[in-house]
Amino acid sequence: MKEMMIILVSVILVDNFVLSKFLGICPFLGVSKKLDSAIGMSLAVIFVMTIATLVTYPIYDKLLVPNDIGYLQTIVFILVIAALVQLVEITLKKYVPALYRALGVYLPLITTNCAVLGVTLLNIDSGYTYIQSIVNAVGAGIGFMLAMVLFSGVRQTMEQSDIPVSFRGVPSVLIAASIVSVSFMGFAGIVDGLFR
Amino acid sequence: MNRLAILKNGLLKENPVFVLLLGTCPSLAVTTMAVNGLGMGVSTLMVLLCSNIAIAALKDFIPDKVRIPAFVVLIAGFVTIVGLLVKAYAPDLDLALGIFLPLIVVNCIILGRAEMFASKNGIVDSALDAVGMGLGFTMALFIIGSIRELLGSGMWMGIPVTAGHIEPIAIFMLAPGGFFVYGCMIALIGKLTKGKSVKKKSFGCAGCPSAGICNPSDKGGSES
Repeated sequence: MKEMMIILVSVILVDNFVLSKFLGICPFLGVSKKLDSAIGMSLAVIFVMTIATLVTYPIYDKLLVPNDIGYLQTIVFILVIAALVQLVEITLKKYVPALYRALGVYLPLITTNCAVLGVTLLNIDSGYTYIQSIVNAVGAGIGFMLAMVLFSGVRQTMEQSDIPVSFRGVPSVLIAASIVSVSFMGFAGIVDGLFR
Repeated sequence: MNRLAILKNGLLKENPVFVLLLGTCPSLAVTTMAVNGLGMGVSTLMVLLCSNIAIAALKDFIPDKVRIPAFVVLIAGFVTIVGLLVKAYAPDLDLALGIFLPLIVVNCIILGRAEMFASKNGIVDSALDAVGMGLGFTMALFIIGSIRELLGSGMWMGIPVTAGHIEPIAIFMLAPGGFFVYGCMIALIGKLTKGKSVKKKSFGCAGCPSAGICNPSDKGGSES
């Protein structure tokens, strides 16, 4: 249990996917303008990351490794994730239309999101067990949501400020992301402090 | 279009990193050192070149409806090949790039160029476009990497420059420095190419060429 908590806290705060591992920068910059779209996108990411891990880990462990074709993981994973996103979309549309209306627009964006493929590859690279991988995936999604929600607040404040012409738009957003990322550096060592 | 213009487009006017804002994740993540940026750039260039040529050659055989999955499979195949080559001949680079080497698959530049250029143009033009875009990407990563390495560790390409004379600002090697240098470079390039570069109203997914296909809300959800 303690081990799970360590994985969860470190992936949310210390090794935050967006702010310290640079995964999922596109949606982080593109969809963080408004709070509700930031939350919708993050929920979709948490959902897809968890399902992708649930499916890809057994495929790697039970199908690719025994057949000695582990090097095919990139091709297999991206195909599985793409198919999965399509399936989830169709299922939601048919059976849970309310949820589909909330998350539907964000789902296709996620297929080519490096955070989702990233978490499935990292689970394998880090040598996690099945349960640990799932915890890691959920934590990565929550970390993504934390960064998105915090940053959407920062951006709303930025809209009222007077920014030099050359820095308007993208550059100022990146500088703001840099400052938010500094604040996350403050969490370094929190795992040791909490659990050891 | 003039062939030289195709090649030159990717370098400055349509630079994938500084102007089109594509491939932001690797541009930030692997640029802690100039040599890593260079390695990532060359790997991406190879994948882009192979995928653009293959897609331009196969475009008449791929049915329109399944073109995106077909492109992704082709790209993933080339990424695996390049990944294995890097692992075999440049193991240090493989360690430095880590997970970002397989993640070339989801780099918007590659799928974007496949969709925007290679699926509409001939093999030679597509190859030139890939070289131009790839060099633009490599150049951008090399510049960001050089700045971060110089400020963060006082070295350049592993050679001490200001190390020992000036205290290095270590934060430039860390995540915040990446965002900061990238933001400043975009502002600088925007200033230099004022009015001449392609107009970008917003960025992120809207700036990605595959946004039209991957974001159904733009087209009223017709695709899903």
